[in-house]
Amino acid sequence: MESEKNTAVVTVLGKDRVGIIAGISNLLLEYGININDISQTILDDIFTMVMLVDLKDLQIENSDISEKLAKLGEDLGVQITIQHTGLFNAMHKI
Amino acid sequence: MINEYEIIETMQMFNQEHLDIRTITMGISLMDCAAATVEESCNRIYDKICRYAGNLVATGEQISKKYGIPIIHKRISVTPISIVAAACGAKDYTPFARTLDKAAKTCGVNFVGGFSALVQKGYTNSDKILIDSIPEALATTEFVCSSINLASTRTGINMDAVRDMGVIIKKTAEATADRNAIGCAKLVVFANAPEDNPFMAGAFLGPGEPECVINVGISGPGVVKHALESVKGRDLGVVAETIKKAAFKITRVGELVAREASERLGVPFGIIDLSLAPTPAVGDSVARLLEEFGLETCGTWGTTAALAMLNDAVKKGGVMASSYVGGLSGAFIPVSEDEGMIAAARSGALKLEKLEAMTCVCSVGLDMIAIPGDTTAETISGIIADEMALGTFNNKTTAVRLIPVPGKGVGDSVEFGGLLGTAPIMPVVNTSCAEFIHRGGRIPAPIHSMRN
Repeated sequence: MESEKNTAVVTVLGKDRVGIIAGISNLLLEYGININDISQTILDDIFTMVMLVDLKDLQIENSDISEKLAKLGEDLGVQITIQHTGLFNAMHKI
Repeated sequence: MINEYEIIETMQMFNQEHLDIRTITMGISLMDCAAATVEESCNRIYDKICRYAGNLVATGEQISKKYGIPIIHKRISVTPISIVAAACGAKDYTPFARTLDKAAKTCGVNFVGGFSALVQKGYTNSDKILIDSIPEALATTEFVCSSINLASTRTGINMDAVRDMGVIIKKTAEATADRNAIGCAKLVVFANAPEDNPFMAGAFLGPGEPECVINVGISGPGVVKHALESVKGRDLGVVAETIKKAAFKITRVGELVAREASERLGVPFGIIDLSLAPTPAVGDSVARLLEEFGLETCGTWGTTAALAMLNDAVKKGGVMASSYVGGLSGAFIPVSEDEGMIAAARSGALKLEKLEAMTCVCSVGLDMIAIPGDTTAETISGIIADEMALGTFNNKTTAVRLIPVPGKGVGDSVEFGGLLGTAPIMPVVNTSCAEFIHRGGRIPAPIHSMRN
């Protein structure tokens, strides 16, 4: 299963405000995580941002990146999660 | 590339619809832990469980973190203790239950299943000792679950054991009377018990299973309910299709977790159990899901038909998502663990008789149902006999987990806390079946069991 790339999806859901992208980019920079793609829309009045990030050698499960992002989300009043891409491939691809 | 809609849909499943992996259960064979003395056998059991399952909880948490998937339980199932303990010569197997309890505590799991015996055709001496030890074993342990297989399609029904289990259930209730008879919530009797079931209280590792194996139980009634909300008023073909799609996605999550857990722990992957398992949380109810079909209350006419279709569609969607499907694989209808079932039972719309009918078309049986404390052992055996007959003659798994709560009657309810929930005491028809139960013997295997 690890033949797939070590990439993850960062999802941000909530109310739009100044500094969301800046805050997240800064945090990702600290961990040396590269952002491959960003898309942002308003779905059902909810600010929705999806980032595809490259983890290279970082393992989500062995770092505190998910806690840090969740904490940042609390400060910004949005919900931020990071999940390995393998999940979405498993659920949505046959 | 994954599209945005799929990502948002996935997030919603986890955040609002309670999608989770219900359990990662490690099956551990204890066949090599048999010994000539209780002490030696218990030492071997404790050491082996801790050696194999020491990293189970940590691994589960890592996978949970990697994919952002809640994994609710990490559990252990073992070889039926009646087999492992047979050689030790003890007259009471409570020490084995305490050993399992201690090992569960050390490993950090919240249940260990396998204080079990398979007696569908008759008792060994060891089976009898194990069954007699159940009340004390469950009263003095916290994490141990017990299951007894009383019947199978190939062997018929062991009515001696059905009679005895009525008495044992009553004794277990009395032994834990100070805790709302919680011992009975950890005791289940089966017809056609699956040997690879990851769900408690019925999990054990059957004699045909490997040395060590990872089985995963999925959940997600909320996800299916949400999917059905989008097809309100459409015909049932559309409903079936919608359930299948949701079940496929849920199962893929299970498959992903199972494969990863198996790889990390270096233990083979056994099966995914495709079950819709409810919790007492609002939005995680099988009853509410059935109501989404267009029923005013779960338990009204049409409930069995809706459940049959739901159960079938979940399997059809799920089997394509995983190569190895096993365990119970069907919708669970435990009364105390399901917010909608509790409400339906309280309102009187859902009766024991209707639940029995529902068990003809779904995976388990009369599950987590509190009944009056003055229900006789024979009546409990009668309820068990009926349920065993449904399983045996319809070639499916059925089970009974009844809780006769001492000192309580219809109108009362008991609180078990956590995922075990709240149980309103349900009325039981009390005309006697004692003479039938005391006949004993075996109900022969049905004609369609002879397939060779």
